[in-house]
Amino acid sequence: MSTALKILVPIKRVIDYAIKPRVNSARTAIETAGVKHSMNPFDELSIEAAVRMRERGTPAVTDILALSVGPPKCVDVLRTAMAMGADRSIHVEISDAEVKEKGELEPLGVAKLLKSVVEKEQRNLVILGKQSIDDDSNQTGQMLAGLLGWGQATQASKIEFEGDNVSVTREVDGGVETLRCPLPMVITTDLRLNEPRYASLPNIMKAKKNKLEKMTLQDFGVDEGRRLKTLKVEEPPARQGGGKVEDVDGMIKKLKELGAI
Amino acid sequence: MRKYKGHTKLVVKPGSTEEVSKVLKYCNDNMLAAVPQGGNSGLVGGSVPVFDEIVINMSRMNKIRDFDEVSGTLVVDAGCILEVADHFLAEKNYIFPLDLGAKGSCQIGGNVATNAGGLRLLRYGSLHGNVLGIEAVLPDGTVMDDLSRLRKNNTGYDIKQLFIGGEGTIGIITGVSIQCPQRSKAGNVAFFGLENFEKVQQAFRAAKGQLSEILSAFELMDGQSQDLVHRVTDKKRPLEGQHPFYCLIETSGSNPDHDSEKLESFLENVMGEEIVSDGVLAQDETQIQSLWSWREGIPECLGHWGGVYKYDLSIPLPELYKLVDDTRERLTSAGLIGDDEKHPVVGVVGYGHMGDSNLHLNVATRRFDKEVENKLEPFVYEWIAKRNGSISAEHGLGLAKKAFIEYSRSKTMIRLMKQIKELYDPNGIMNPYKYI
Repeated sequence: MSTALKILVPIKRVIDYAIKPRVNSARTAIETAGVKHSMNPFDELSIEAAVRMRERGTPAVTDILALSVGPPKCVDVLRTAMAMGADRSIHVEISDAEVKEKGELEPLGVAKLLKSVVEKEQRNLVILGKQSIDDDSNQTGQMLAGLLGWGQATQASKIEFEGDNVSVTREVDGGVETLRCPLPMVITTDLRLNEPRYASLPNIMKAKKNKLEKMTLQDFGVDEGRRLKTLKVEEPPARQGGGKVEDVDGMIKKLKELGAI
Repeated sequence: MRKYKGHTKLVVKPGSTEEVSKVLKYCNDNMLAAVPQGGNSGLVGGSVPVFDEIVINMSRMNKIRDFDEVSGTLVVDAGCILEVADHFLAEKNYIFPLDLGAKGSCQIGGNVATNAGGLRLLRYGSLHGNVLGIEAVLPDGTVMDDLSRLRKNNTGYDIKQLFIGGEGTIGIITGVSIQCPQRSKAGNVAFFGLENFEKVQQAFRAAKGQLSEILSAFELMDGQSQDLVHRVTDKKRPLEGQHPFYCLIETSGSNPDHDSEKLESFLENVMGEEIVSDGVLAQDETQIQSLWSWREGIPECLGHWGGVYKYDLSIPLPELYKLVDDTRERLTSAGLIGDDEKHPVVGVVGYGHMGDSNLHLNVATRRFDKEVENKLEPFVYEWIAKRNGSISAEHGLGLAKKAFIEYSRSKTMIRLMKQIKELYDPNGIMNPYKYI
């Protein structure tokens, strides 16, 4: 009999993947006011992976807990997660004013918080996106595994269970690598892992009855102090259009001009 | 389409209204026929030279001339691509009042000349209302500068309306001024599966009643159209099970919270009343786009096997889908539909703009086949005429529907139209052999 899974899926509310981000006028951050937000796409993969584990049934899944840290609007993505199949969720609320004043939590702060949640809620598997598409840090999963002293498998493209061992295929330069690791562990998800389902209307309705707990950082007693300071945010330089040349000689001349040959 | 093949020896690409005027004057003086051509995305062959007509291609006249951020009035060259204009407007939080599948290649001049309908008509109305002014060149080279930017102008006959949907038969549109609405900040898309066409109508009534001003699209797709899209794209279906009918509902408004609240109570209602059997709600922009692809991708997927017979029809809502059933039955009993090469027809599907009572009846074929055509025509047109529908709702007449206009228009109306044509184009050089 293998251990039943108690899964934690941390998710983040970010600027929608399909929206072009813009730097704010003060050049201190990306403009977020009035911009459509959605669940971080990698986190959708994590939820989908967890729900598929439950659908498979071996090992049994006791429950799937979704968690999000951030402003009040994060409730929207938690509702989506529950409509996709998460059983309940925790919203660790940081007021809009506080986010504005101190900035968002940093990966280390989030990892510390998650560690505390894992202990309180007795989780034995954490599935999280390899990174969030807004700051692209790709650190939280690794830091969490380090803090917990658990095994980790990052950028998973396939997850399989063999008794109490989890075998994770990950895409690396030049091929794939397969890791085997005993529970408890941390897995971060990559794009090829699965194709997330749509939130169906019946499930959206049902999810409204699921438990959504509001908590604060103080409840976990985590030192979430910011260590990084953003000095400046700039748009990447605009791409210069290419030019056409008449013939091969023209091309050679151009390349010489540019010092390429 | 692969249905029309042009035959021309000469294509001219004028760069300005003056050049268009000179070209047309020369054609008129020398009795040379001309066909205006935009993005060539029309479905009835209106922009195709039938014999040796000179093609006047508008692609070089592609500038955005002017935009007034207060009133939202946009003035563009006729050759400006629809998507380019819409992106330009998006930057300024405005939206082009027309949207359609071919937006990446179709040109605004062509859209206006064919009075294209498209996906936003339910919300923003037709080009007859949105176009404020037109600059056009008449067949004798006269430049008709009616590029008004006024919403109200009751001074005499509204001649520009003749050019909207005139399909280039009385002149070439070279510039358009159009009023553009504010772009909505909040957009939602839901996708439903429904049991029968009765329920589709109930869902439509519920959507109009409960979503009212935020409802911006209500699109219908039958089960077979979705099966064919799935066969071609092999994408994951939005809904788990399969349903005889699907609907796509889009809302757009200015306040996301207000819209979500309305939409939620609407969804609860249609699920609770068992009007819809199943459904999904897009959670992000990517899902919105991928749900739309199940509707917008239909025409392209149907062309996968070869040719498609396309009928674009206005039919009173209660009988909208009956035509598809009747046509499918007719072709099935003739033994023309099948899964192998021996049968010319792959499938008969119906989809379209439910909100505008506009059905697209499409017959996907492996090859154009005279027998299939004889079964379809004039059957479809007679069916439509009996119900006082229109044989061409938004695609126009062009070459394909010219012979069938009397199914939708009376003899008197056709005579009046012919008088207009003779008045503006006495030599008959403009886009001949088509329209009326």
